[in-house]
Amino acid sequence: MTKKGFVHKIHKNLCKGCGICVHYCPKNVLEMNHDNKVVAKRPADCIGCHLCELRCPDFAIQVEACDFPDANNKKVTKKG
Amino acid sequence: MYNENIFDYMRTEKLPHIWCPGCGHGIITASIVRAISNLKLDKNNIAFVSGIGCSGRTPGYLDFNTLHTTHGRSLTFSTGIKMAKPKLKVINVLGDGDALAIGGNHFIHACRRNIDITAIIYNNSIYGMTGGQFSPTTPDGFIASTTPYGNCDPSFDVVKLASAAGASFVARGDAFHVLQLDKILQKAIDHKGFSVVDVLTTCPTQLGRRNKMKKPWENLDYIANQTVSIKKYETMSENEKQGKFPIGIFIEEKRDEYVETYTKRVINKAKGRK
Repeated sequence: MTKKGFVHKIHKNLCKGCGICVHYCPKNVLEMNHDNKVVAKRPADCIGCHLCELRCPDFAIQVEACDFPDANNKKVTKKG
Repeated sequence: MYNENIFDYMRTEKLPHIWCPGCGHGIITASIVRAISNLKLDKNNIAFVSGIGCSGRTPGYLDFNTLHTTHGRSLTFSTGIKMAKPKLKVINVLGDGDALAIGGNHFIHACRRNIDITAIIYNNSIYGMTGGQFSPTTPDGFIASTTPYGNCDPSFDVVKLASAAGASFVARGDAFHVLQLDKILQKAIDHKGFSVVDVLTTCPTQLGRRNKMKKPWENLDYIANQTVSIKKYETMSENEKQGKFPIGIFIEEKRDEYVETYTKRVINKAKGRK
């Protein structure tokens, strides 16, 4: 069994750390790390609204739909 | 719709771009690329022209036939390109100062001719690159480096200006409502005739910093609060309309296109054809 999920492709060299994606994410998936670059902290919570991708001024983030193995997904949701 | 690779249309070796963190120009550039990609246009059939200013940097990052021209005169270069090679799709990006102040004259005359060019105005209400002087679209009461007591000049309404000057496609979008902007840009690029899209965007560095909007998202939230759809705008009272910007497509009509008219009425006659 597989479950649909989303992968966040983040181009760290392009990110300038403005924080727009973190602010507008409805599910708090993204966070800024100590380098002031965005990281996907809780990708299992992502609902695929693409708001981060659409509003990123630096083309630094791309959200892609993909299939996760179910076992992995369960682990992540339990933690959450 | 979202996942087509926008980097296929970009000169990735030039990235990251020079715009400040949180600048809305990047959002609009990505939107233009998505619109072009949705229309499935060939890269080699697009001429991308810009003037001077922050918006003028755009062609440097895009992998089309690009041209970076003089301040305010980019529409004249575009007109030349379109007349010489009518098969090219000409897209012209302008800043608000570029289109309305320095190039105001060229702008209204390009509208009048209805030549097949798409003019996209990156309207951030300030001269960002030169140090935050107020521009013809700075809202009332806003502080800029040259208006320390607040701006008291009435501002231009780009939509009204372009419609009065005779553009056959006039729309307004903004950097907050990105999906709507994608659709508007797609229609504007596809339209035959002069199309003007006024895109409201942000300048956190020069405008936001001086007007209690230090964070980039506070600037975007300001735009979100100031914009309403055309339908809702029509039902609002005069008091409520103060400072609000209707967004959507205002004019979309078919009219004689300039290159065709010119070919028919001047070039063919000069060459002795009927």
